[in-house]
Amino acid sequence: MNINETFKVSLEALLANKIRSSLTMLGVIIGVTAVILLVSVGEGARLYIETELTGLGSNLLIVTPGKVDTRGSFRPHSVGAIRKLSYDDALFIKRRSQYLKEAVPVILGTANLKYKNLSRDITVIGLTPEYLQLRILKIESGSFVTQVDVDTKKKVIVLGRTAKRELFGNENALGKLVTVGESRYRVVGIMSKKGVSLGFDFDDVVFIPVTSAGELFDTDKLFEIITSVKNPENLDKAIAEIKELLIKRHSNKEDFTITSQSDILSTMQTILTIMTGVLAGIAGISLVVGGIGIMNIMLVSVRERTREIGIRKAVGAKHKDILIQFLIESITLSVVGGIIGIIIGAGSSVVIPFFLPFYLPTEVTLWSVLLAFFFSAAVGIFFGIYPARKASLLDPIESLRYE
Amino acid sequence: MIVLKDIKKRYQMGDQSIDALRGASLVIKEGEFISIMGPSGSGKSTLMNIIGCLDRPTSGSYKFDNKEVSQLNDDELASIRNEKIGFIFQSFNLLPRFTAIKNVELPLIYSRVSSNEWHKTALDAMKSVGLENRLNHKPSELSGGQQQRVAIARALVNNPSIILADEPTGNLDSKSGEQIMKILQGLNEDKGVTIILVTHEPNIAQFSKRIIHIKDGAVIKDEKVTNNRK
Repeated sequence: MNINETFKVSLEALLANKIRSSLTMLGVIIGVTAVILLVSVGEGARLYIETELTGLGSNLLIVTPGKVDTRGSFRPHSVGAIRKLSYDDALFIKRRSQYLKEAVPVILGTANLKYKNLSRDITVIGLTPEYLQLRILKIESGSFVTQVDVDTKKKVIVLGRTAKRELFGNENALGKLVTVGESRYRVVGIMSKKGVSLGFDFDDVVFIPVTSAGELFDTDKLFEIITSVKNPENLDKAIAEIKELLIKRHSNKEDFTITSQSDILSTMQTILTIMTGVLAGIAGISLVVGGIGIMNIMLVSVRERTREIGIRKAVGAKHKDILIQFLIESITLSVVGGIIGIIIGAGSSVVIPFFLPFYLPTEVTLWSVLLAFFFSAAVGIFFGIYPARKASLLDPIESLRYE
Repeated sequence: MIVLKDIKKRYQMGDQSIDALRGASLVIKEGEFISIMGPSGSGKSTLMNIIGCLDRPTSGSYKFDNKEVSQLNDDELASIRNEKIGFIFQSFNLLPRFTAIKNVELPLIYSRVSSNEWHKTALDAMKSVGLENRLNHKPSELSGGQQQRVAIARALVNNPSIILADEPTGNLDSKSGEQIMKILQGLNEDKGVTIILVTHEPNIAQFSKRIIHIKDGAVIKDEKVTNNRK
C-alpha cells in the first residue's frame, strides 16, 4: 500500500474524531511541555551560576583558614577556634610562589558607617589594590585603595554604589570624611555598579586597606586569601605549591583549605545537572502517562473499527498495511502532540519569567527539544504497536460479522 | 477454474468441535453463474469463505486457477482476494466515513495499480453500475439498492475473475433486489465474470445457471437451471 494513501487514511480517521484525538494529544502535549519547561528552568539556573561565578573572576584560588576535607565545598563563613591566616602568610605565598600572579589578603567584617546624621551597618572588606582586578570590579570616580595606603595603614575608604547612594544621595562624596566604627575615614573612590552575585551584593560594601581593617576590627586573622594563577593550566600545580608553602609555615599542619572557583563551579554544575535530570525524569513520567492514553484510545479505536479492518482485509489489505495504518495514527497523535508541546513549552519558558515577581532564569536548549521530540515519537511507536498489531491480526471473517 | 476436493472444516468452540464442512467437493468453470443454497447451519457460508480465500480448510484440496491455495499464508491469500476476487455482502459493508467513489477505490490502494489511475478506474466501475452521479455521496446518503451497487462497483474495480455474493439481496426490497440480480447477470453474460451467489430465496437463485444444494456440510444436489430469469 502506498504510503501517502496510508497517511491520508490515518489522518482522516483522526480528524473524524476531533475531540477524542485532541484530548489524547493533550496528554502528550502536557508531558512534552513539562519536559521542556522544567529542563529550561534547570538549564537556566546552571547557566546563571556559571555566568555569575565567571563574573567573580576566573583562575582564582581561595585559601581559607581551617581544614575542610572535601574538595569543592563552600568555604566556611565563620572564623572560629581555628588557626588563623595572617597578612604575612599572604605576602609569603605571593613572594615564594612561581605559579601565582597575585595573593590578596582579605579581612571581612561589619561596621557602622556614618555620615552626618545618616548611618548604616555595612560589610567592610579590608584588602590590597589587586582585589579590584581579581574580582573584576571597576572604579567610577576617584581611585581605589593603593599599596601606599596599605603600607601606611591609611584611613581611606572606597564606597560601593549602594553605600554612596544611601549616605550621600546626590551629594559629591569624594574627599568627605565618614565614620567607620570609631575612626574617621576619607572617601577616595566610588565603585561602578556590580550588582548581586550569588546572593552577595557587591554594591552594598565599602573597601579599606587590609591593614586598616586589621586595626578597625582589632584582629590579624584573615577571612581569606584570594590568589590568582598566572596560567589557568597550572591550577593544580599552584594548589600543591600553596599547600607546601603554607604547611611548612604552619608547623607542618594543614590547617587551611584551598578552594578553586572551578571547584565551586563544577560542584554547582553537578548539583544542577542532577536537578535538571530529576525534573526531566518527573516530566517524562507525565509523557509516559500520555502514551498510555494513546494506547488506550487506539485500543478503543481498533475495536470500533473492527468491521472496517475486516472490509479492508477482504479487499486485499495485508497484515503490514493494517499495522502501518494504525501505527501512523498513534505516531501522528504523539508527534503532533510533541510539536505542540515543544512550542508551548519553549514559548512559556521565554514568556513566564516576565510575569513572575522574582527572577527565574530559563534557557531552552536544543537537546531538551530534540529529546522531547524523539521521546514523544518513541512513545507513539511503543504504545501504538500493541493496538496496531492487534488490529492487523484480526480475523477477517469475524471482523466482517462484528456489530 | 475452481476445484474443491473433499473439503473439511472443523471449528473448535470451547470443548466442542463443530464440523461445518464434511467433505464438500465442487468444480466451478470460468464464466459460470452459480447459486449455493441450503438451510442455515448447512455450511454454505463456510464454503463461501473458503472459496473466497478468507479462510482455509482443515483438510482437502482447493485449486484456484490450477494453484493449490488451501495452505497459503494470510498475506498470500490477501493478494489473491485483492487481484482475483470481488466480494458482495448482505450488509453492503461500505466504509461509512468514505464517499462512494472512495469506497470503490479501496481495493485499488492495496493493489499494484498506480495511484494516478485509481480515480479513473473507480469512476469506470461506478459508471458500469449506473451511479456516476452519486460519486461523492456517503453510504448513509444512498438507498439500500444504491449502496449495494456501490459494493458491486467495489467488487468489480480490480477486474476480478470471480465475484462472490453472500445474500446480496437479503437486505433489499424485491425491486432493488431484482435490479441487483440483473446487474450481476449482465456482468456474467457480457463480461464473462464467474459469479457465485449464496442465497436461500429460490426465486433469486433462478437468475443463475446452476444451483448447488448444501446440507450438513456436503453437496447434496447439483442442478442446472434450464429456464433462468432475465
